[in-house]
Amino acid sequence: MREIAVEEITRAVSEMAQEANVGLTGDVVDRIEVCRQEETNDLAKDILGQIRENIRIAGEENIPLCQDTGMACIFLEIGQEVHLVGGSLYEAVNEGVRRGYRDGFLRKSIVEDPLRRTNTGDNSPAVIHTDIVDGDHVKILFAPKGFGSENMSRVRMFPPSAGEAGCKDFVVETVKEAGGNPCPPIVVGVGLGASFDRVTMLAKKALLRPIGTKHEDPFYARIEQELLERINALDIGPQGFGGRTTALAVHILAEPTHIAGLPCAVNINCHVSRHRERIL
Amino acid sequence: MNELELQAPFTKDKMRALRAGDRVRLSGTIYTARDAAHKRMVEALREGRKIPIPLQDAVIYYVGPTPAPPGRPIGAAGPTTSYRMDAYAPTLLDLGQSGMIGKGMRSGEVIEAMKRNGAVYFAAIGGAGALISRCIKEAEVIAYEDLGAEAVRRLTVKDMPLIVAIDSLGNNLYNRR
Repeated sequence: MREIAVEEITRAVSEMAQEANVGLTGDVVDRIEVCRQEETNDLAKDILGQIRENIRIAGEENIPLCQDTGMACIFLEIGQEVHLVGGSLYEAVNEGVRRGYRDGFLRKSIVEDPLRRTNTGDNSPAVIHTDIVDGDHVKILFAPKGFGSENMSRVRMFPPSAGEAGCKDFVVETVKEAGGNPCPPIVVGVGLGASFDRVTMLAKKALLRPIGTKHEDPFYARIEQELLERINALDIGPQGFGGRTTALAVHILAEPTHIAGLPCAVNINCHVSRHRERIL
Repeated sequence: MNELELQAPFTKDKMRALRAGDRVRLSGTIYTARDAAHKRMVEALREGRKIPIPLQDAVIYYVGPTPAPPGRPIGAAGPTTSYRMDAYAPTLLDLGQSGMIGKGMRSGEVIEAMKRNGAVYFAAIGGAGALISRCIKEAEVIAYEDLGAEAVRRLTVKDMPLIVAIDSLGNNLYNRR
């Protein structure tokens, strides 16, 4: 058994919260720049230039890229050979969120009850997904999620007869209805299969795959490419004012499902597609 | 495509000259309010109480900024999605508000209220919170401090880059086809 102090997890989460909110990973920055160069609509090109400028200013001045510094979405992979010591795991994660959002001057965007709506004041609690995996490491994925794009996400329980075509139409319709609201250019995460509760988690996890990497299954790599082309032909464009840059990427995550069902979830992320990963 | 410099607050005749697609650099005094502040203001008006924003010719920016780090007036301050204010905006437009700044589409009711009152809806670039922060020279919480990021602030802005998304005639840059 390898022992890991939960304080290490607190520190990692706090650092990731601050890093993720001021700087995008290279895959996102590079894709935005490629789209800017290829964009033929003048206003769209100009907006993508301002988005690039925003990334530069945030990095230089160490202030958040976006005022919506998000709900803290955290994916934990805990090796089954690990023994966590020194306190509660989830409390340690939430303490990391509190510290990171306080020390990084990040916005506190969480209300303690969906109907009564009092702000918790420290951006906790996080949404935490935990997987127990082989090995003796702890992997932490941190993805602050803005709600302008989260609100444009959809889930549908299709019958199996809907098939590939039905799911593809649903993804494209969801993006079309969202229009300029989710801050395009967007990243589209698609969950397929599993169950009602799990398919939305798959869609969220799909957003975390680095942009520019191909799906390992050629069947889904083809569908991702077809969806990206259809979405970028919608002429929504950056901020909804037209152009070919509506989505930076479409990522699919599929899992086994029931003979009677075809769950399909679409989770949309904005161009401020933030995530950090740490292995302890 | 025009590029214009505007000083806020501005009268309705200035607003009426703007057209969807115009690029604007906005300077002057504007106010912030988003979901919770709009709800509170419209409830106050319904009960005959005063609200903290002087509505005549006012420009309201839909934003909930990050906390100001030391040495800055404000943190990141990009627009939030505007449709969530659609339930409240017509009431405020009918009482004299002349401009709204946000991002994304608006309802038919809001557009009708804009046409009725000669008001304009500007889009700021969503997700450009650091860039827009540089255009904000002063920020002061003037009401609803308990709402934190959602408190009402008075901002002094300089050369804030905006796009006229919907003009006072109802021309709409989001509906191009």
